[in-house]
Amino acid sequence: MPVTERKLKFAFYWGASCGGCEIAVLDIDEKILDVAAAADILFWPVAVDTKYSDVEAMEDGFIDVCFFNGAIRTSEQEELAHLLRRKSGCLVAFGSCAAMGGIPGLANLANRDKIFETAYLDNPSTSNPGRTLPSKESRVKEGTLTLPEFHDRVRALHQVTDVDYFLPGCPPPTNLILEAVNAVIKGELPPKGSVIAPEKSVCEECRFEKSEKMLTEIRRIYEVEKVEDRCLLEQGIICLGPATRGGCSARCLDAYMPCTGCGGPTPNSMDQGGKMISALASILGLEGEEALPDEEIERLLDGIVDPVGTFYKYGLAAALINRRLEG
Amino acid sequence: MSEYDPNIIAFLCNWCAYAGADLAGTSRLKYPSNVKSIRIMCSGRVDPVFILEALREGADGILVAGCHPGDCHYQSGNYKTSRKIRLLRRLLRELNMDPERVRFEHISASEGQKFADVVTDFVNELKVMGPNPLKGECQ
Repeated sequence: MPVTERKLKFAFYWGASCGGCEIAVLDIDEKILDVAAAADILFWPVAVDTKYSDVEAMEDGFIDVCFFNGAIRTSEQEELAHLLRRKSGCLVAFGSCAAMGGIPGLANLANRDKIFETAYLDNPSTSNPGRTLPSKESRVKEGTLTLPEFHDRVRALHQVTDVDYFLPGCPPPTNLILEAVNAVIKGELPPKGSVIAPEKSVCEECRFEKSEKMLTEIRRIYEVEKVEDRCLLEQGIICLGPATRGGCSARCLDAYMPCTGCGGPTPNSMDQGGKMISALASILGLEGEEALPDEEIERLLDGIVDPVGTFYKYGLAAALINRRLEG
Repeated sequence: MSEYDPNIIAFLCNWCAYAGADLAGTSRLKYPSNVKSIRIMCSGRVDPVFILEALREGADGILVAGCHPGDCHYQSGNYKTSRKIRLLRRLLRELNMDPERVRFEHISASEGQKFADVVTDFVNELKVMGPNPLKGECQ
């Protein structure tokens, strides 16, 4: 039976995520009742008591659409990614973590050993005299306990399994979630691999007036006494608007906060950080650039204290160079 | 292990550096054949994404060469590139990719010798540095 003539079969899952995406689904407020009327939620660990074995028992492709949020860090998440791929007709990478690794992806600046050391051994508030670290199997008197394996690296969903659509955002904006749900219900889906968001940058949606951009210094938001009603970049605040896909109505800018890039790269751009470096370097230190000594340029660039965290806050795992290299 | 031969991608601006490389050729200057040249209209056209992609695909070194300060055919392209490369190198350092793999040079149309010297020097430097750690990762 086509989806339009019966209830839609829905699934939600979370990988390495904060839970914000789950809240975003509920943020569609009373429209969640429309979704419930149009859809059966078959699997949603945060809200519905279904077991993994119930999903395994389903026929392949039984679920119409699965919203998968969170990155892939553990073997459990990887297994579920493969399972839900098999059981779902349409798999959507929901939120920045699933779409490009998200903030958990920044952990690719370290590796498993370093993360374990920090989290379980060296943390000032941690007391672990036995130096116990999580292990896949541990024997206790009642038997053997197992834990999923913690991978060395964080990956985005499409780096693990085949993904049909991407819905970025941290979390995805409600209007885009609704758009995606409606498209599935009506069967009006865009070509496979599409990002369900407009083909424009955050700047195009931003309400602030932009003039000729010229940056003479970079300031962090706490160094700015009062953010003025104009382009934040022009005020020396790094805003990832030019390198970030819109769809969010530039809502952070509405709150006088710079864009940090959760929408992912703009269409046809391979690397969000690379694009932002290009945009920023082009407008930085324009004043008398002919006579600007090298030391002065370096001093200007010192204003960017954390290049990876600034340019790849959500996208490191899916960037061209997706981790800190070993050695 | 056979001796590793660095693979260099060179982005050369049409008005200065590419002409300089041409001059090196027509003057029959000798320099290592490790360079694959890509002619662009201005060094300002070099998007950091190009460099990241080249590194990702396994290039050992990237040379970006443009006009001397004040000589840019388009007024300011070379200044922009200089800042882009500086910022990109800071990013690479954080990712533990040796920033010296990315080099920016000013080479004029009359500096065939400089082009040959830069390439020779870069090849020697890359031989000491060893191959790009990402080599072979991207099929």
